[in-house]
Amino acid sequence: MDKEKRNVNYNIYVESKIPKTKAWPSLFKAFLVGGIICAVGQGFFDLYSHLFPNLAESEVTSCMLMSIIFLTCFFTGIGIYDVVGAWGGAGSVIPITGFSNSISSPAIEFKKEGIIYGICVKMFTIAGPVIVCGVVGSIICGFIGLFI
Amino acid sequence: MISVWDYVISFLVGGFICFLGQILVIRTKITTARILVLFLVIGMVLEVFNIYAPFKEFAKAGASVPIIGFGASLARGAIMAAKEYGVIGIFTGGLTATAGGISMAIFASFLFALIFSSKTKKGGH
Repeated sequence: MDKEKRNVNYNIYVESKIPKTKAWPSLFKAFLVGGIICAVGQGFFDLYSHLFPNLAESEVTSCMLMSIIFLTCFFTGIGIYDVVGAWGGAGSVIPITGFSNSISSPAIEFKKEGIIYGICVKMFTIAGPVIVCGVVGSIICGFIGLFI
Repeated sequence: MISVWDYVISFLVGGFICFLGQILVIRTKITTARILVLFLVIGMVLEVFNIYAPFKEFAKAGASVPIIGFGASLARGAIMAAKEYGVIGIFTGGLTATAGGISMAIFASFLFALIFSSKTKKGGH
């Protein structure tokens, strides 16, 4: 059997086994989940600006994000966020909750490998690139800021 | 002071950003880490060109909750600190502005990793 034909057949086989995401329902679900998370964020924002009227807007935003991040880690811990993620796709990844989940999920997953080599190391498997790009990017932006 | 419109616009704009992300997922099979980095960089670019501030004024939490807002505050922090403190500000500004979010994410993940053990994965990440 010649190699080329085998490769073609293999690719067809792989294509048939890859789970197909149905386009429109998944777009709608991502919209719904992402929108709800942002609306919840707005709820925390209003709550904190009502409770602490002296804080600046950026500080209230920071408090709001911290609350959502904390809640997401909790929901990841009790296993709810995985269900939301499987249903909502990108809707659960793009809000800051996705960043938070990307830290807490491997941390919980690799707990059995120990605290240092499990939790502390594996915590940054997905979030590492985000933090690295964030820091490098912010330094570049800072350089630009010197001149504008 | 609380207006329903803020919630509607947060829902619509936040949802739309995730909608765009889902299009990427379907078209390119992009991974979680790449989506996060991509939208983070978009946020930084928006901030550098001064588009993010009016966008946030319009979209409220719909702009600050997506990771775009995280990128924008990293960039804004570094730019502000660079103007105020000079070269040292370039290196301190970004993480200072986002310290709350990053610290909370690491602390809460560590805490809940100690408390909970992983269950059988039901998909997700």
